[in-house]
Amino acid sequence: MRAVITVIGKDTVGILAKISTICAENGVNIMDVSQTVMQDMFVMTMLAQLSDEIDCPELSEKLDAAVEGMGLKIHVMHEDIFNSMHNI
Amino acid sequence: MFTTNDILETIKMIQEENLDIRTITMGISLLDCIDSDIDRSCDKIYEKMMRLAENHVKTGEIIEKRYGIPIINKRLSVTPIAILAAAAKGSPVKFALTLQKVADAVGVNYVGGYSALVHKGFSAGDRELIESIPEALSSTTKVCSSVNIGSTRAGINMDAAALMGRIIKQSAEATANDHCFGAAKIVVFCNAVEDNPFMAGAFHGTGEPDAVINVGVSGPGVVRAKLEKMPDASIDELAEAIKKTAFKITRMGQLVGTEAAKMLGVPFGIVDLSLAPTPAVGDSVAHILEAMGLDRCGTHGTTAALALLNDAVKKGGVMASSSVGGLSGAFIPVSEDAGMIDAVNAGALSIEKLEAMTAVCSVGLDMIVVPGDTSAETLAAIIADEAAIGMVNSKTTAVRVIPAIGMKEGEVLEFGGLFGSGPVMPLSKFSSAKFISRGGRIPAPLQSLKN
Repeated sequence: MRAVITVIGKDTVGILAKISTICAENGVNIMDVSQTVMQDMFVMTMLAQLSDEIDCPELSEKLDAAVEGMGLKIHVMHEDIFNSMHNI
Repeated sequence: MFTTNDILETIKMIQEENLDIRTITMGISLLDCIDSDIDRSCDKIYEKMMRLAENHVKTGEIIEKRYGIPIINKRLSVTPIAILAAAAKGSPVKFALTLQKVADAVGVNYVGGYSALVHKGFSAGDRELIESIPEALSSTTKVCSSVNIGSTRAGINMDAAALMGRIIKQSAEATANDHCFGAAKIVVFCNAVEDNPFMAGAFHGTGEPDAVINVGVSGPGVVRAKLEKMPDASIDELAEAIKKTAFKITRMGQLVGTEAAKMLGVPFGIVDLSLAPTPAVGDSVAHILEAMGLDRCGTHGTTAALALLNDAVKKGGVMASSSVGGLSGAFIPVSEDAGMIDAVNAGALSIEKLEAMTAVCSVGLDMIVVPGDTSAETLAAIIADEAAIGMVNSKTTAVRVIPAIGMKEGEVLEFGGLFGSGPVMPLSKFSSAKFISRGGRIPAPLQSLKN
C-alpha cells in the first residue's frame, strides 16, 4: 500500500531524520519527498510504500510519538484518496 | 506525485471543513423472505440480513482507517415491509422489532424500509403497515419509516395524505416523552427513489439487485469555505467553484463506495450527491447561501441562490461518479443545520419560504418542528402541498415535520446529536380540513404523458 505522509508545523532541526528513522524501523520505504515553507509553516510531503505489517493509523501514531513536543502535525493517508480527488 | 497544495487541500477539507462520508447504506432485498407465517418471515429476514450485513460496520471502520476519512453512519435499507405484510397475517410491528434486532446485532445506526408505496392506491398490507407506524416507531429506536403518497406518473393519493397527517401526529404523541422523535423517523414522499442511502427515507426498491451498496457524501463546510474566499466573484464564477468542489467530494464517495462494495462482495449502486448539513459549526447549507451574499438564509434571493447551488453540485458530481442516484442535491433540514436554526430564530426563514426552496433543491420540508396542537388535517395539507410541487416538477419531495406535543410557537424542541434542535415554527391559522376530508386522488398531471 502506498501512503502520503504529511508533516506540518514549525521548522526545526532533525524533522526529516526523525521521520525517516521511524519509517525505516517499520519497513516503510520512502519513494519521494518534497518540502517547502508556506506562510512560515514547514510543510513536508512524502510518498511511502508501507509493508503489510503496518497500516496508516499505526504509522501515524508512531510518527506522532517520535516528534512529540516539536509542534508538528502528522497525517498518514492512503494514496488513493489523493489520486481520486486530484487526478481524473 | 501530487502537489503539496493538493495534499493540503484534502487534509484541510477533512480536518477543518467537516468533509465526511455521511453514510454507507447497504440495501437488502427481502422479497425471498415473504411468508404467510409472520414469525417464519421474521426468522428469514433475520437470517438473511445477518448473513449479508454482518461485516457492514466493520468494513466501514476499516475504510475509515485506511483512508483517514470519517464515515458518520453505517445503515441498512430493506424492501418496503408492506410487501411482506401483504402476505403475512398478524401485526406488522413484528417486522419492525426484527429490523431493530438486526440493527442492534450488526451495530448499524438505522434501518430504513418500514415503508409502503401507495401513490395510486392501497393494496393488501399497505393500510395495516401504515396504521402500525406509530407503534412500530415508538417500540423501536433504529427503525425508520417512509410512505410514498404521490408521483408524477400516478398523481397524489389524497386518502393517503390524510392518513399520513394522522399517523405523524400519533407518532409524535406516542413518543411525546422522547422529544416526539417518532415523527422524525417518518418521511412522506412524492416520487420516492429506490436507491436513497439517506434516512429516514431509505428503502430498497423492488427494481434493485438482491443487495447493493449506496453511498451518501457530505461537505457543506467545504463549499462554504471555498465561497468565502471569493467575496468579489460573479455568480458564474461561484457556480464554477462549487462544481469543482462537488467533483472532489464526489470522487471520494465513489472511492469509498467501490471499496466497500468490493470488500463486502456486494455490487456498488450509486453515489448520492447530496450536501447534507449537520449542526456542527460550519457544516451548514444556510451558511453557503449566506456566503453567496445573502444577509440571512430565507430572505429574498434565497431560492435563486439555492437553485444555483443545487445545480452546480449535480453538474460537478455527475462526472465524478460512475453512477449517480438517490436524492442528489442540497438538503435543507432545519433542525440539523445551525444556519437554518439561526435564520428561523431571527425571523428570516418561514415555512412558506422553505416550501418555495424545496421546488429547486433536493427533497423537501425536512426536520421542521411545528406546534403540538397542529391538526392532522393541517399536517395532511402540508404533505399535499409538498407532494404537488414534486408531482408537477417531476422531482422527489418529502415531508418530515415533527409536531412538538405540548409546545407552542417560539419554544425549542431538542433532539441532540446529528438531529440538532428545532424552534417551533408557526403555521397558517386557517383550516384546510374540508379540502382534506374530500379524499380521493389528484389525477396525474399532463407532465406524466411522456410516451
